[in-house]
Amino acid sequence: MVKAVINGIQVEVPEQTTILNAAKKVQIKIPTLCKHPDSYLHASGACGICLVRVKGSKKMLRACCTPIEEGMDIITHDPEIVAIRRTVIELFLSNHPNECLSCGRNNNCELQTLVADFGIREEYFEKIVRDIPKDDSTGNIVLDPRKCINCGRCVDVCQNVQDVWALTFLHRGFNTRMAPAGDISLSDSPCVRCGQCAAHCPTGAIVEQDDTVLAWRALRDPEQYCVVQIAPAVRVALGEAFGFPFGANVTKKIYAALRRMGFKAVFDTNFSADVTIMEEASEFVERFVHKKGPLPLITSCCPSWVDFMEKFHSDMIPHFSSAKSPHEMMGALIKTYYAQKNNLDPAKLKVVSVMPCTAKKFEISRSADMSVSGYQDVDVVLTTRELARMIKQAGIDFVNLPDEECDHILGDYSGAGTIFGATGGVMEAALRTAYSFVTGEKLAKVEFENVRGLEGVKETSVDIKGTEVKIAVAHGLVNVEFVLNQIRRARKEGKPLPYHFVEVMACPGGCVGGGGQPYGVTDELRLARAGGLYSDDEAKTVRCSHENPYVRQLYKEFLGKPLGEKAHHLLHTKYQPLPVYRR
Amino acid sequence: MSRTVFIKDTGTAGKDRTRDFYGFFLGVIREKGLENEVIPVRVADIGLYNQGVAVRVVPDNFVYTRVEESDVSLIVDSIKTGEPYSAKQVKPVSKQLRIVLRNCGVVDPESLEDYIAHDGFAALAKVLESYTPEKVIQEMKASGLRGRGGAGFPTGMKWEFTRKPRSDQKYIVCNGDEGDPGAYMDRGVLEGDPYSVIEGMIIGGYAIGASKGLFYIRAEYPVAIERIEKAIRRCHETGLLGNNILGSSFSFDLEIRLGAGAFVCGEETALIASIEGKRGYPSPRPPFPSVKGLWGRPTCINNVETLANVPVILHKGADWFSKIGTETSKGTKVFAVTGKVKNSGLVEVPMGTTVEDIVYGICGGAMRGKQVKAIQTGGPSGGVIPKEYFGTKVDYESLQKMGSIMGSGGMIVMDEDDCMVDIAKFYLGFCVDESCGKCAPCRIGGTQMLKLLTKVTDGQGTQKDLARLEQISHAMQKASLCGLGQTAPNPVLSTLHYYRAEYDAHVNEKKCPACKCAKLIRFVIVQNKCVKCGMCFKACPVNAISGSRESGYLIDQTKCIRCGQCFEVCKPKAISRS
Repeated sequence: MVKAVINGIQVEVPEQTTILNAAKKVQIKIPTLCKHPDSYLHASGACGICLVRVKGSKKMLRACCTPIEEGMDIITHDPEIVAIRRTVIELFLSNHPNECLSCGRNNNCELQTLVADFGIREEYFEKIVRDIPKDDSTGNIVLDPRKCINCGRCVDVCQNVQDVWALTFLHRGFNTRMAPAGDISLSDSPCVRCGQCAAHCPTGAIVEQDDTVLAWRALRDPEQYCVVQIAPAVRVALGEAFGFPFGANVTKKIYAALRRMGFKAVFDTNFSADVTIMEEASEFVERFVHKKGPLPLITSCCPSWVDFMEKFHSDMIPHFSSAKSPHEMMGALIKTYYAQKNNLDPAKLKVVSVMPCTAKKFEISRSADMSVSGYQDVDVVLTTRELARMIKQAGIDFVNLPDEECDHILGDYSGAGTIFGATGGVMEAALRTAYSFVTGEKLAKVEFENVRGLEGVKETSVDIKGTEVKIAVAHGLVNVEFVLNQIRRARKEGKPLPYHFVEVMACPGGCVGGGGQPYGVTDELRLARAGGLYSDDEAKTVRCSHENPYVRQLYKEFLGKPLGEKAHHLLHTKYQPLPVYRR
Repeated sequence: MSRTVFIKDTGTAGKDRTRDFYGFFLGVIREKGLENEVIPVRVADIGLYNQGVAVRVVPDNFVYTRVEESDVSLIVDSIKTGEPYSAKQVKPVSKQLRIVLRNCGVVDPESLEDYIAHDGFAALAKVLESYTPEKVIQEMKASGLRGRGGAGFPTGMKWEFTRKPRSDQKYIVCNGDEGDPGAYMDRGVLEGDPYSVIEGMIIGGYAIGASKGLFYIRAEYPVAIERIEKAIRRCHETGLLGNNILGSSFSFDLEIRLGAGAFVCGEETALIASIEGKRGYPSPRPPFPSVKGLWGRPTCINNVETLANVPVILHKGADWFSKIGTETSKGTKVFAVTGKVKNSGLVEVPMGTTVEDIVYGICGGAMRGKQVKAIQTGGPSGGVIPKEYFGTKVDYESLQKMGSIMGSGGMIVMDEDDCMVDIAKFYLGFCVDESCGKCAPCRIGGTQMLKLLTKVTDGQGTQKDLARLEQISHAMQKASLCGLGQTAPNPVLSTLHYYRAEYDAHVNEKKCPACKCAKLIRFVIVQNKCVKCGMCFKACPVNAISGSRESGYLIDQTKCIRCGQCFEVCKPKAISRS
């Protein structure tokens, strides 16, 4: 531990704590634009706003990246420091377009907030903004380099957390700008659309493509029959946009809000998560017990992970579960099963999905398998952030909404379905069902705590009646390589398999930390949101997917049996190598 | 007996600006079939500051200056006879003290044997035989040697800091990414005495416990790179590099990495990023490279000149070295004196020598009968020292007191024709071009400052703009991430301090007192002085001058680009500049 003084206040923190974090402990907020509170991101020292000084010294230190030392006596606010911060903010402003009112981050922008906090009332320096076109080539992540303040968060997260290396800095000096390497369009880059760049961007330089207009258009079209599904992680994050505490579960208010917005039926992706487990657990049993197909089995619910694998690790294709993601399964089921059951024309059915994720916008047109109903199975994908805006546009007093239930058959879910939103959740849900499938018995304790939590790679093993199942759970794409290399090495050296079952989620923390979730994600927030999901699970009487009575009904009425012909046709997909860059 | 001929054919001014004098010399030698007797060597410096191509014949020590192509054949003949070629011979009288440049122009840089014959590797032998690494560091600390790259951090302490942490691997890096405008001290040493830098690195490696060293040299120095490459190869062949050097238990290896010409890569952390193959971005310190540097390992980065000092210090002893210079700045410093000065070139003087002694005593003052106005030290990171303060001693502290810095050794002399606002704009423009773009104060602040300065030199500036300049300067100094941004405003602040009147003239009267700023001056032909020679008419690059030898000439002000060429060529001084 290190003892120091900040603005006359004693502070004691562990060694290597930065001055910024130490100050937080004693309720001092040092402003910064480039340092995101998320611990996955490195302090780059790019903005020059978090300046502090050691008492008596003329030199100023960057609080974001300077570890506090024993006995330091730090001043965070004096006239000179404040004046310099102000000048730097004015400089930022001189290099930023005045488009706040029509910006995707209006009222939610870190630069805007700082300018407001510092009471800047006039532009003191000449405006110099370069005219660089927007890049909306991906249709899900929009780059507007003019609004970029070169903080480097997106580049850091893309390269060092997600290992994708789609974004980098080009040119130098005043011409430095964030862009896909080689100045190609984002859609031609290795971008996997995880949206972590957008989730961490302090300004409107990287935002999700706004599809709320599409959703409104569908809702207001009397010809269309508009239905909606919400993903597991949305329910524990949307509340943040309305002042609910972190991790608050607002599922039933979301159901109510969606109905009031005009959706004819409200479904829950948690239900199709249960269906996914039926398929994936069956697949695992096939491979593990009956030795049909290679092990380990690797989960495929995350479209960014699928894209990443196809681009960089396509040798793993045989290991991939062919089961579609719950989101796509739901789309297919709505436009076939639900349409038939309710006598609806699937041509007029519009499926809107609310997801914590920007990659889901890309997934709906990923391949022909995503139009298995004869129509595109999901029509519009909204992120959690977009839904929050729509609720506000609709004039709904979300906080005081009465709770409502979802529509049945494609809505009611088990506890296993809801934990899909947290890292390790798919694995845990699959293990619950796989155990019963293998042994024919009911699990005494359904919780597998070893796969929970924010460790980058979680390796553990599960005992299924004397047989050891070795598993690995990875989240944050940079952690994937380690797991895959273990598999490759074992295969090359002819050693026993390191794992039988592997779960990967692209975003740190899983979908709760997704690229489409409300801003300001930190580990604290990821844990709180995941905690909300685990509480939801605990509160359920049905906690295993195969015990969900509506899932049973679905198979009985429509699908037949897991991995059966119909299930295979509707609920499974194929993968192909998409080499982008050779590594 | 064969003779070595050192030819300084670069960095020269005047009418003898022969493109490849060395090549010409070589051609003449071949023509005469004397390849075995006369060995020409191209060097950047032979310790002479007269204009023109200079040649030194070793071992006779005949020195010729202002050599022209027509002299070459005669010089080569004279070498054959062993007599001096008296037409161009000079007797060099030097007021310099050459420690770093001791071998430049004296020792054949491509001959290991020649270097050894001049006490080369004596220090290394002594160190490996009888010094512990701690003793080497002790000796370096006692010598008082401070880093010659600019900041002046004590070298012995830097080595000690890098020695301390435990690590499976450590590195020593030679920073040869010299980039200040007009500075070429490092090139002079790398080209003229590569072995002494290598020796310094091996000793440094031994002291800090590194088994690997890297040269980071900018790719624009092909001769330096070639010579270092050759020298490394020769050292490998002779057991001076590789395993168990000179039979000791110490093993050390050297490699070269080329810089792509980004000025910011001379900054330690950016240099490390560059060697690692990453974008040349500086990163926040701490962690310092001595703790976490190249590939996360403790790394010591020393400047070329610093390393060239090391062998001499250990050979002659810290006592000897610490007697040279001032109380806090020991040893000598090499300056690249350039600009409007009679004798430009590399000058090595003891620390504490006055600016006056350098500019007038060694370099002969201004050219063409003009008056020296000021000097700029420390390149774009430094500041000006006006003529009135030429009594200032060159050492780290004195220069800092003057608002400038020692820097790596650039010294640019300015005369009465130089506008200080324009000079500040030039240096700032350099930093803006070379800014890496990572941190906002430097990226945006520098650009804004350049805009403001351009406003001033265009006659559009206001007093408020000068206040803005000071405001941004202050923010850049305190808030920029690395040395480049922190020091980029120095030339502006320093000229604002000493030459405020010139700024005021630009702003208040819209006048450039030095008649330099194109937008504020005009050239007019004074008809009663004009002799109608037509020289101005011929010189004008944009045909702004019309007329004939009969009718006389007129300057069309709308076409004139204020280049001043007519002014330069007008013999009767019939063109007025105002």
